[in-house]
Amino acid sequence: MISKEEILQLAGMCKLKLSDEEIEIFGAMFSNVLEQVKGLDMVNTEGIKPLYFLNSANKSLREDVAGDSLDREEVLKNAPEEEYGYFKLKKVMD
Amino acid sequence: MNITRLTAMEIREKVINKEISSKEVVKAHLNRIKELDEELNAFITITEEEALKAAERVDEKIKNGESLGKLAGIPIGVKDNIITKNVRTTCGSKMLENYIPPYDATVIERIKAEDGIILGKTNLDEFAGSYSTESSYFGVTKNPIDTERVPGGSSGGSTAAVKAHEVALALGSDTGGSNRQPASYCGIVGIKPTYGLVSRYGLVPLANSLDVVGTFGRNVKDATLLLEVIRGYDEKDPTSMEIEGSSYLEKLKEGIKGMKIALPREYMNMDMDSRVKGKVMETVKLFEILGGHVEEVSLPHVEHYWATYYLIVVSEISSNMARYDGVGYGYRTEDYDSLDELYIKSRTEGFGEEIKRSILAGTYILGSKEGREYYEKAFRVRTLIKEDFDKVFEKYDVILTPTTPNLPFKIGDSIKNPFEMYGSGIFNIPANLAGLCAISVPCGYVDGLPVGLQIIGDRFKEANILKAAYALEEELALGGENNGL
Repeated sequence: MISKEEILQLAGMCKLKLSDEEIEIFGAMFSNVLEQVKGLDMVNTEGIKPLYFLNSANKSLREDVAGDSLDREEVLKNAPEEEYGYFKLKKVMD
Repeated sequence: MNITRLTAMEIREKVINKEISSKEVVKAHLNRIKELDEELNAFITITEEEALKAAERVDEKIKNGESLGKLAGIPIGVKDNIITKNVRTTCGSKMLENYIPPYDATVIERIKAEDGIILGKTNLDEFAGSYSTESSYFGVTKNPIDTERVPGGSSGGSTAAVKAHEVALALGSDTGGSNRQPASYCGIVGIKPTYGLVSRYGLVPLANSLDVVGTFGRNVKDATLLLEVIRGYDEKDPTSMEIEGSSYLEKLKEGIKGMKIALPREYMNMDMDSRVKGKVMETVKLFEILGGHVEEVSLPHVEHYWATYYLIVVSEISSNMARYDGVGYGYRTEDYDSLDELYIKSRTEGFGEEIKRSILAGTYILGSKEGREYYEKAFRVRTLIKEDFDKVFEKYDVILTPTTPNLPFKIGDSIKNPFEMYGSGIFNIPANLAGLCAISVPCGYVDGLPVGLQIIGDRFKEANILKAAYALEEELALGGENNGL
């Protein structure tokens, strides 16, 4: 089970605001998920190495050679607001 | 000639032989899209102008006697989580509704270099994070075989477009079955390549350790042609591998005489739609008639696939989604008084419900003591799952399974029962966890709905699964043809 307080704390970490309905739906679903996840306790993994990434063996890094990269002006076209080549935000005091 | 009924191979041949122009091909398919897509909603963006220009360039090359690429004149749909230069790439999310990338994904560069023609960007579950294409900000895509049903997902826009002859080929992505499950639901061929065979540069990440770019066609040869073009090492993707290999297309005709075929006992004993099981077992018998040796094998960890996959996928999703903060690109809320409010409002308004649930779940797993313990456990179980497969592939060339345990479900049903929907990928996820290659190929219809057979192969042994799928298709002469539209 996951409590409403735990979900609200999670939402804060994720920078999300949830409605009461969303909290309820997530709580019910995730409590069910946690039950299923507990099934992994049955698997003996003693001495087994974790597989985080495939293809990590035999990989060499490329030479660090400077090359073309994306144009600053092009990239900034997708910014909601920009000025003088920077992302622009409203004045906020934190 | 009904141009949209041609296969991709036929289109290329007829364009090169000047029987039809590339422009005629593009126009015929654009007309088909105009005719059908209001109802199907397979496309988010249609790139009519760019497609017509690309077709003109192909026709110009033919006129000048220049050499032509492997995809010359073939109309292609691209899942909208694959970056396309100067063409809006939304990931099916309000968050990226107006995002226009300044570069092409490597797979897009390769398609363009071989004269393929991109007709548009196809619909998907938001950020490719589900199994029905219902969670897209741009509306539900309908299954062309039965428009009351989902096309599957997350690549449902691509599979619906291919099935409905809106395009001849399409690209998708597959994190836990997103190429194979919708291919099965739409009665077409879908390939999930080995992790590392195809560059992920420019594929918007959902879960980096599982994601691959894959291909769709209405027959095995067509889907193989597109795979052949996009595969290969890319220095921009550190997980892509340099693999020497001859042409898959040349190997297709080799047949499957003497091929060692495994049938996992545990999978076939699972709870599934008996009509699906029946059709798949009929198809397995065909492989024996075609000269394959089928034997039962054991893949013992099947009951732990889902939990293992879930722990890994939501953790990686929550990390990936952290980049959408309303600052550099993507959706930004109108009104905010602090930086925290900017983040919270932009993300709360920009993300859909399903992706939010994955972010919350992943954050719990990475951020709590209990979650962290299970996260570590999942990667160890992943090792065991991979070892199960390694053991089978010591003796066998391919493994046969149903692509999904069920038939395409009705639009709206997954909201009532999400776990049933997540369960539709149960036979698909081990190939992602272990980085294997797999294909879904149509094996027939029950009650008017398509059933797919999944053929899984060892890492970088695409030739085996493609040969097996091709042999089956030749025998069934289905070629992915539909009895729907």
